[in-house]
Amino acid sequence: MTKRRIEPLVWMTFSAGGVTAAMFMPVLAFLFALAFPLGWITPPSRDHLLDILQNPVTFLVLLGMFTVMLVHAAHRFRYTLYDGLQLKWRWQIAMLCYGGAMLGAGAAFIILGQVF
Amino acid sequence: MADSITLRVTRWRPDKNTPPGPQEYDVPLRKEWTVLDGLNHIKDELDQTLAFRWSCRMGICGSCGMNVNGEPRLSCGAFLTDYAPGPVDVEPLANFPIARDLVVDMSDFMEKLPRVKPWIIRDDDVTEIDGEYLQTPEELDAYKQFSMCINCMLCYAACPVYGLDPTFIGPAAIALAERYDLDSRDQGARERLDVLIEHEGVWGCTFVGECTRVCPKHVDPAGAIQRYKLKAAQENVKAFLLPRGMR
Amino acid sequence: MSQDLTYRRPISTWWWLRKRTYFVFVMRELSSLFVAWFVFFLLLLIRAVSRGEAAYEDFLDWASSPLAVVVNVVAFVFIVVHTVTWFAVTPQAMALQVRGRPVPAPLVIGAQYVGLAVVTAFVWWLVLR
Repeated sequence: MTKRRIEPLVWMTFSAGGVTAAMFMPVLAFLFALAFPLGWITPPSRDHLLDILQNPVTFLVLLGMFTVMLVHAAHRFRYTLYDGLQLKWRWQIAMLCYGGAMLGAGAAFIILGQVF
Repeated sequence: MADSITLRVTRWRPDKNTPPGPQEYDVPLRKEWTVLDGLNHIKDELDQTLAFRWSCRMGICGSCGMNVNGEPRLSCGAFLTDYAPGPVDVEPLANFPIARDLVVDMSDFMEKLPRVKPWIIRDDDVTEIDGEYLQTPEELDAYKQFSMCINCMLCYAACPVYGLDPTFIGPAAIALAERYDLDSRDQGARERLDVLIEHEGVWGCTFVGECTRVCPKHVDPAGAIQRYKLKAAQENVKAFLLPRGMR
Repeated sequence: MSQDLTYRRPISTWWWLRKRTYFVFVMRELSSLFVAWFVFFLLLLIRAVSRGEAAYEDFLDWASSPLAVVVNVVAFVFIVVHTVTWFAVTPQAMALQVRGRPVPAPLVIGAQYVGLAVVTAFVWWLVLR
């Protein structure tokens, strides 16, 4: 009988977040953080974005993507703190990192819900 | 080519109160000499008090691991001409406590290796078998790369996670666990998984990849560890989803 | 053995600056912070879109301010670091086999870039149609 552990599930989520970030973040960051604000490409109308966001599929997909990406960042940052700063309060660091990711996921849920 | 090269060798004795420090020796710079040859020259001709481990002098026994100019190397595989004009820093293998001069205390690795049960585990209770276990070339290829490990511990010296957290079971141990898991004759994957699924097992690894870069036998422990994580995660999901009897 | 007579060498906090591969590793790990930053940024955008036309315009104005642009350019570089390093290590992390033969690493890496192109094209079309 294999023991059940949480760490492998966290690692799988971290991996999912890594793949998601690798595939989706380049285009999202390029368009919304650079191209539109700097006028390289004419930004879409607010109505068009609202239209996309109000699709329930968009809500679910974005919520899922943001959550796994936040867990990815939390997991990596947790280990960076262990290795980089050699901090000793491992349990507390882990709780802070994943707690932060959960708060972020909660905020995402609320903000994505506000479009409706 | 100059005719000599300086080796800056770490010296330390447990009975003196000074921290480890370098001592310089000039050794002949011969085309076919390695750092190990230089050290043997020192011990034979210059300073017989120098302590270091070595054996086969041909890269198969794994005894002569040291840090040469900051890199974990087998001293028998590091040619002096590659470091000319020098000086060459020769330090004890990183991330291990120093016992004396270039000799490190490897008891931590010796404790960790048996934990992953690096031997063939069988379910059947036989002491004598009817002939040999048969294995095809394809079955051999599945684990052959990981069987090349000579337990030289260069990967532990390269691994920053092991350096910072000595409870981490480490690259070679996990690569050897994978070697046996992938061996068609073995039936012990479950027992090794129970050891490696713990926090000090595979999960401490952050895939720096330096272990693979320094391995003199091209074992790729980093790859073994990542694959093991995936395998462990899959088994773990099954443990959560399937009822007790089916796991 | 009653006494530990060995010498334990301490590890410097700056261990990761000593070797190029360690430095690249830490940069790769830090890229995850910029992933989190963009999640935050996109949530701010979405919130602005909910609040109305004016809020959306204000958001784009704020995003074009010099400080925001500098941060986002740096962050974008790190996103690229994340994507490139993630794709590069995948072949080592997964021993893929098709019909009993290992899939060569360049194929695995190339396939991921194809995936990236497909995703980019899809999002581009979705947002700009």
